Amino acid sequence: MVPLSYYLVLSGILFACGVTGFLIKRNIITIFMSIELMLNGVNLSFVAFAARWHALRGQVFVFFVMVVAAAEAAVGLAIIIAVYRTRETLNVDQMNLLKL
Amino acid sequence: MSISTFVIVSVIKIVIALAVLLTSVAYSVWLERKVLGHIQNRWGPSYVGPFGLLQPLADGLKFIFKEDLTPPHVHKALYIAAPMLSVICAVSSIAVIPIGNWVDVAGLHIPLEITDVNIGLLVILGITSMGVYGVALAGWSSNNKYSLLGGLRASAQMVSYEISLGLSLIGVLIVSGSFSLRQIVDAQGGRFWGFVPRWNVFHGQEVAFFIYLMSAYAETNRVPFDLPEAETELVAGYHTEYSAMKFAMFFMAEYANMITVGCLATLLFLGGWHGPIVGPPLARVILPVFWFGLKVFGFMILYIWVRGTLPRFRYDQLMAFGWKFLFPLAVANLVVTALVVAVRA
Amino acid sequence: MLHLALFSIFGAICVAGAVNVLIQRHPINSALSLIAVLASLAVEYLLLGAEFLAAVQVIVYAGAIMVLFVFTIMLLNAGEEERTRGSRVAIVFGIPGMLVGGILVAWALLRYSGTGPVSVGVLPGPPNTIAQLLFHDFLLPFEVTSLLILIAIMGAVVLARGEETPRPATKEQG
Repeated sequence: MVPLSYYLVLSGILFACGVTGFLIKRNIITIFMSIELMLNGVNLSFVAFAARWHALRGQVFVFFVMVVAAAEAAVGLAIIIAVYRTRETLNVDQMNLLKL
Repeated sequence: MSISTFVIVSVIKIVIALAVLLTSVAYSVWLERKVLGHIQNRWGPSYVGPFGLLQPLADGLKFIFKEDLTPPHVHKALYIAAPMLSVICAVSSIAVIPIGNWVDVAGLHIPLEITDVNIGLLVILGITSMGVYGVALAGWSSNNKYSLLGGLRASAQMVSYEISLGLSLIGVLIVSGSFSLRQIVDAQGGRFWGFVPRWNVFHGQEVAFFIYLMSAYAETNRVPFDLPEAETELVAGYHTEYSAMKFAMFFMAEYANMITVGCLATLLFLGGWHGPIVGPPLARVILPVFWFGLKVFGFMILYIWVRGTLPRFRYDQLMAFGWKFLFPLAVANLVVTALVVAVRA
Repeated sequence: MLHLALFSIFGAICVAGAVNVLIQRHPINSALSLIAVLASLAVEYLLLGAEFLAAVQVIVYAGAIMVLFVFTIMLLNAGEEERTRGSRVAIVFGIPGMLVGGILVAWALLRYSGTGPVSVGVLPGPPNTIAQLLFHDFLLPFEVTSLLILIAIMGAVVLARGEETPRPATKEQG
């Protein structure tokens, strides 16, 4: 028997890792992967709550999150490829045309 | 069944399944060379043993004793891990494939598969979808332009055709109403009008079978879709830089994948182990396994026959075929099947 | 007991993988550790009884979305990440702040969440029940997400195609 809070702590750690990666990484693809990490942290708590409260709806939410993640990956990676074509770099620090 | 008996029985089953699988992998290579030889008016392997039957053994020994080169400038960890990943993914999906009914040995009621999970089909799909990484990483980590192109082609092709493959399987799932491979096979027992077997391929899933067949050729990187290893343009594609046992692992993975795909086709479309079954109780255990093996064997022969007959597609033709023809066809098949089942219900 | 052991093992793999995503400087290593995280999360889902979800997690997340990532990394031949000098304030205050905040949250969760244990197989997620929910109770959201997917596909095609090149023979696959 594992207490629900263990799952929540695990999901919190994953989410925090995602946030940290989003802030400290400089490669745009890795930043993207950090977002996936955050989404997965949230998914885990959805599933844990679903098991705790005997509500399958929690699992259905995860499906929607996955759909959004898939759509986001498709569009996001297309944007990355388009950016790479014009800027020839994946470093977010060098994508600064809009900066004063 | 106590836990210790369960473990013992499982280990025995795993050993037998692995031995059978690896032997059939070795002998499907022999079969391919032999049949291909005869198609092209040659003899194929004939020196080692009668009819060249010991050729796989000789090949294996050769692979073991060859020098295992690691080229400079490769990404070493991934270069070593990629063939292992390929072969693990190819072999482990055998765990959920049932090959026959139950046997009663020493008071135990044992199903003829390593484990029966109720989402067996999804497990196989998941494992095979992880197999892409072996090929893609091999291409990338070799640090060679031909390998990279082969790896890119392979991953794009496998992801594209996985969609049609999955959609073609959903039709079967709708007809049989379960993810469990055993239940899908059980639903195919019996006959229509007394003589046509009640297999899914005769049960309104002809189009799905066609789509499955096409996508399976693409998923296993076989002719006519073997673009990732097209030797006329890419040397050997993703395994250009591999030698000795590492190369043999890719080879084994390819043939193990062919066998898995054949088993899946047999289970989902061709009625699994159903066939005429007569005779004493022992025959009732062995005959289903025999029918199953025969169907898979037929599938392998089809693979080889296609390889000996068809030329290779061009890459843009491959992608256009997958996305503009197979994918819409699969969606149409799914819609029609769902409508028919809904109207009947 | 077994449940706790499995939870700990795969939870540890999860955390190690997530941290490795941050530490690694080559994007392909990050991607591979993310795949490890996703796979062990699938095991956690299995422990929570969500078998169908676990399979979908492996097939869709690890088998399709991450393949896209790896594919892009290979296509752009992304090299090692360039190091940028981090802000000193962030290092001095950020890391201790994060530690303190994390410990506080974990303590609060463990102490006050007042939630009972979750046991194996208490809520099986069989595919037909999920389908009932998905295609009946959540039909409208489901249809809306299908629209979202359609828009994403069209967006990806438009973006990845780029400007029309004068060479007529080139065909690009997004």
